[in-house]
Amino acid sequence: MILELLLTSAPDWAIRHAAVLVVVVPLIMAPILALSPSGRLAWFLALLATAASTYFAILTLGIVQSTPGGIIEYWIGNWYLIGIEFRVDALNAMILLIVSGMAFLATVFAWPTILADVEKQKISLFLCAFLLCFAGLCGVAATGDAFNLFVFLEISSLSTYVLVAMGARNDRRALPAAFDYLIVGTLAASFYIIGVGFLYAATGTLNMAEMAAQLPALAGNRSVQVGFAFIVVGLGLKAAMWPLHQWLPNAYSYSPSFVTMFLAATATKVALYALIRWLFTIFNPDYSFEQAIFTWVLAPLGIAAMVICSFQAVFQTDVRRMLAYSSVAQVGYMILGISIATAAGVSAGLLHLFNHSLMKGALFMALAGVCLTYKGTTVRDFAGLGRSAPFTMSAFAIAGLSLIGVPLTAGFMSKLQLGYALFDHGWWWAVLFVVFSSFLAVFYVGRLLQAIFFEAPANPGRHRKEAPLIVLVPLWILALANIYFGIDASFPVGLANDGAAAALGLEALQ
Amino acid sequence: MTPDMLIAAALILPLVIAAGIAAFGKFPNLREGVTIIGSIALFAVVVQLTMLVSSGARPELYVGEAIPGLAFAFKLEPLGALFAVVASGLWIVNSFYSIGYMRGNRERNQTRFYICFAIALCGAMGVAMSGNLFTLFVFYEILTLSTYPLVAHKGDAAAQRGARIYLLTLLGTSIGFLLTAIMWTWFLAGQRLDFVDGGLLATAEISPIVASALLLLFVFGVGKAALMPFHFWLPNAMVAPTPVSALLHAVAVVKAGVFTVMKISIYIFGDELLQATPSREFIMIVACFTIVVASLIALTKDNLKARLAYSTISQLAYVVLGAMLADRAGVLGGSLQIAGHAVAKITLFMCAGAIYVATGLTNISDMRGLGRKMPLVFIAFFIAALSIIGIPPLAGDWPKYELMQGAIDRGSDWVPFVLILSSLLNIAYLLPIPILALMPPPGSKPPKEFKRPGGAPWLTVAAPLFTAGLCFVLFFMVDPVADFLAPAFATVDIDPEVNIP
Repeated sequence: MILELLLTSAPDWAIRHAAVLVVVVPLIMAPILALSPSGRLAWFLALLATAASTYFAILTLGIVQSTPGGIIEYWIGNWYLIGIEFRVDALNAMILLIVSGMAFLATVFAWPTILADVEKQKISLFLCAFLLCFAGLCGVAATGDAFNLFVFLEISSLSTYVLVAMGARNDRRALPAAFDYLIVGTLAASFYIIGVGFLYAATGTLNMAEMAAQLPALAGNRSVQVGFAFIVVGLGLKAAMWPLHQWLPNAYSYSPSFVTMFLAATATKVALYALIRWLFTIFNPDYSFEQAIFTWVLAPLGIAAMVICSFQAVFQTDVRRMLAYSSVAQVGYMILGISIATAAGVSAGLLHLFNHSLMKGALFMALAGVCLTYKGTTVRDFAGLGRSAPFTMSAFAIAGLSLIGVPLTAGFMSKLQLGYALFDHGWWWAVLFVVFSSFLAVFYVGRLLQAIFFEAPANPGRHRKEAPLIVLVPLWILALANIYFGIDASFPVGLANDGAAAALGLEALQ
Repeated sequence: MTPDMLIAAALILPLVIAAGIAAFGKFPNLREGVTIIGSIALFAVVVQLTMLVSSGARPELYVGEAIPGLAFAFKLEPLGALFAVVASGLWIVNSFYSIGYMRGNRERNQTRFYICFAIALCGAMGVAMSGNLFTLFVFYEILTLSTYPLVAHKGDAAAQRGARIYLLTLLGTSIGFLLTAIMWTWFLAGQRLDFVDGGLLATAEISPIVASALLLLFVFGVGKAALMPFHFWLPNAMVAPTPVSALLHAVAVVKAGVFTVMKISIYIFGDELLQATPSREFIMIVACFTIVVASLIALTKDNLKARLAYSTISQLAYVVLGAMLADRAGVLGGSLQIAGHAVAKITLFMCAGAIYVATGLTNISDMRGLGRKMPLVFIAFFIAALSIIGIPPLAGDWPKYELMQGAIDRGSDWVPFVLILSSLLNIAYLLPIPILALMPPPGSKPPKEFKRPGGAPWLTVAAPLFTAGLCFVLFFMVDPVADFLAPAFATVDIDPEVNIP
């Protein structure tokens, strides 16, 4: 209903160009921002840019849902078939909404953490890098061109290295973390582009839809299969698919807390989206070699991530590392859902993608909020925080419970859907791994919550305050979203079902 | 009020009470006033609902769907009404008792204590009134999470350890097994989870192996039923203040567990499918094993609350046994046990708490001769102990009678002996406590002076006396209660073909 209202009130140009404007606005705003003399002005402009992007992302979603075919095809410069196409269906509309919405909330909360983490004269440049990263992520999600996807991937990656390295002011270990990420990210991009090269050689086109149309005839072609392998590994690296996740814990632990929050809620999600796009829309799960990949590679890797990284999370002493390992484990859930390759499975994976960005966003935001006054992030540093920062920490607790998958939270819904999809596919044994991994989440989240609410402060001398209001508001929006979507999940489930149907090329899901 | 509004009231009232307690946290008298008035109001609502149920109506409330097929829906049937009446009625008594105990003991964080208590009651009401497995699971977890701060109330290392075990066991079993079973049921029943007369899965064609696995997942997934080997959380939860042990770990939480088992066996499996499920017999053996072994462990415990906890574990297995008998007498026996054991065990715990407030004593061996100084407490204890043993005219007599009847009808020759053995063990571990306290053997040391001047607060003495009286009342009320429950097992009938070992 809100969508309809927005659609009818939107000007004509906005409707026509919405899919592109999501990307273009932050892309243009970024260099303007770099020139801004004051950090506060830059922040304000970034806020405007992300808000505009969110608006256009919602419009895009509305247009996709109201067009009969459910696809927006936008040829940039009207260079039909020669130029770059932006192609948005229910799947990327959902991703665009997640990325831009989280970017907006992240920007709102960013100001106090930027003041604490970044040198004053660098704030404008820092926010410029952030907007570039954001524009890159949106571009990856919106584009319908395989090479263009690479370009946007690089835009977002390069700016991410800068953002991670900015953490060096607080902790010099941010520099090796950024360097590691640079190496791994470059590897990933190279793998991806090599794969695209193979496919271009075989099909003669870079447009995804065109490629998809030509591939069925080439299913047995070796260079197609090699290209496929390169692309899956490349995108798997970016998505932190186990065991290609080694860059992630360090990158999350040492970046400025705002960057951690933004990356945790969006970056791996977008890479995962690209993977889904390649696996289901461009290639087709009916190809025999792909089916084998699903059953024998993706599913075991997803399960390994769920179990092993949850174990690693249990034994972490640093809260940020714990949450980072938990992120890799959660990506495992999504990979497992995808690897079923049924509509229900992909939908469950997408639903978890949506919910996970809500919970991790809230967790890292709360973390950043209480670290403003004092920087320690070990579990011991969190002892007794429930008393000194009750609002921040109760939002943290809600998101933590959602991470476990307690009923009435969003996390419960996605696990339920995943379990149903697994039973439906006959993989009842995989359900056991899902519940086992959830049980491990009870351990690591429970340990944290116990320290926060029931233990005495470790060093009462160093006092922590409640997060400022500007952090609390977006934090509680996310926390309440976690509860709301645990009670009435029709909106995200609808998005995920439509997205899965679009990915698999189905008309609609019951 | 319309039936659906009554159900909504029963669910929302505890939360309103919690909010009121939070608002008046600074004024202890007002705060306790809110608790008392609120609990009485809740009881009134539940009684009205129960009268509707006894007239044949099935009050329903449909809130909405979370996702298609997963609805928040409530539907009250006789079994649930019985559980709701027991939990909300005893909450009133327990609230009076809490005031005496918490003030007498000068406990800290009393506001948090009463808030969590009210939320836990909301969980119990939700479990009692849930109309499908999904709703039941949601409130089951609310009950778990809201009682965690109560167990950890003292905040010292022992309390934290006990609370951790409590939370991990209950969440672990429910997420690990119960949730799996629910997802599986959802799949088997075609995206439905409703409680259906005669059994939701009765019409689904499922093989005995699948049914067996599902039943095992369900029964062990309900960790609150404390069936061995998932019983150890209950003794660990005894670090909580005694009012918590009394209402939650003798009534609301554990009875929510066995109630869930009953509900699943009647409304998800249904008698026919249950009787055709091979693992049912295995669970009966586990239940009998729990009955005997928990009683034996209780014999070895000198700590009074620990002994009572093991006694609870043993008594809870009666209900599971009744549910697994899957016939009229078994289900009736199990339901009567839910009520009968509740009033008796809450009495025992309240007595233990009164002793602790007055003297600080926790070990049975120190209580010799204490009955001379606190006669009323030990008389109440004595009556409740007799009821647990199953001596007429006390409430605990009927469940044992019905369960034996059910087992004999089934042609089982060993279940009655287990029940008799259990009664003998009950005598051995419960009766010496009041007898040695009231009639100490000559030459034993006189008990110490009261720690608290004036002994136990009068509220902590009056409350157990009242519930001890309820043990008598319930014995004579068995006919109306059985009539009231009759629709719950209208479909359950004995199939002479199926025998248990």
